[in-house]
Amino acid sequence: MTLEVDSKLLSQIHEHGQAAYPEEAAGILLGKAEGERKKVLRRLELINAREDAARHNRYLLTAEDYLQSEREATLQGLEVIGVYHSHPDHPNRPSDFDREWAMPWFSYLITSVEEGQALGSKAWQLVDDRSHFIEETIEITPASTRETIVERAGC
Amino acid sequence: MTILRIPTPLRPYTGSNSEIEIQGENVAEAMEQLIQLYPALKPHLYNEDGQLRPFVNLFLNENNIKDLQGLDTRIAESDRLMLIPSIAGGCLDVA
Repeated sequence: MTLEVDSKLLSQIHEHGQAAYPEEAAGILLGKAEGERKKVLRRLELINAREDAARHNRYLLTAEDYLQSEREATLQGLEVIGVYHSHPDHPNRPSDFDREWAMPWFSYLITSVEEGQALGSKAWQLVDDRSHFIEETIEITPASTRETIVERAGC
Repeated sequence: MTILRIPTPLRPYTGSNSEIEIQGENVAEAMEQLIQLYPALKPHLYNEDGQLRPFVNLFLNENNIKDLQGLDTRIAESDRLMLIPSIAGGCLDVA
């Protein structure tokens, strides 16, 4: 399984994680999927809907966020292919809570942000029996010249 | 027949179908039929106790069934039922 992502887009995901620090940042990945390969073409930067006291170690994107994301993907001829979020001062491995709430097939791109600096991202996919994640290969491509980012404050 | 919309990550379990025609008097019956048609969906929608997983939301037309009568909400042929996940996680228990 491979997740292809533009270097500029990945940098902006890291910047989102740094801006949200010490809270968790989160957003939706839009793109195309073919077999075992997904290509990220857009990201939707969303608001972490968890309450103030929990946002340092939890994130939530609401059903309304998801619905709007699917509508936006359809408008752009894309699919919702995954989710990104940051782990402030924690490794970029999925937690048990990540697993309990995970959807199959999605790519989960997790960025470790240590003391406000993004250290790197790893991508994960839940296995069919929901017992664990498998790490995906991230293939970073040169920055696209066209606009690849969709910024918004939330749905 | 009521239309049930399937979110992208669950379509590999419904033969890539994004919409399924389903019968039932209420949402609970529609969900039972969905699982009968596509049993591989069950672990992703229900926990080991047979309860809907907390990230599973069902919208009848534009309304979350939590604001209606929950799984007992009655459905009509002209209704559109949507299965929509909430997305959540976090680093609290990373090993």
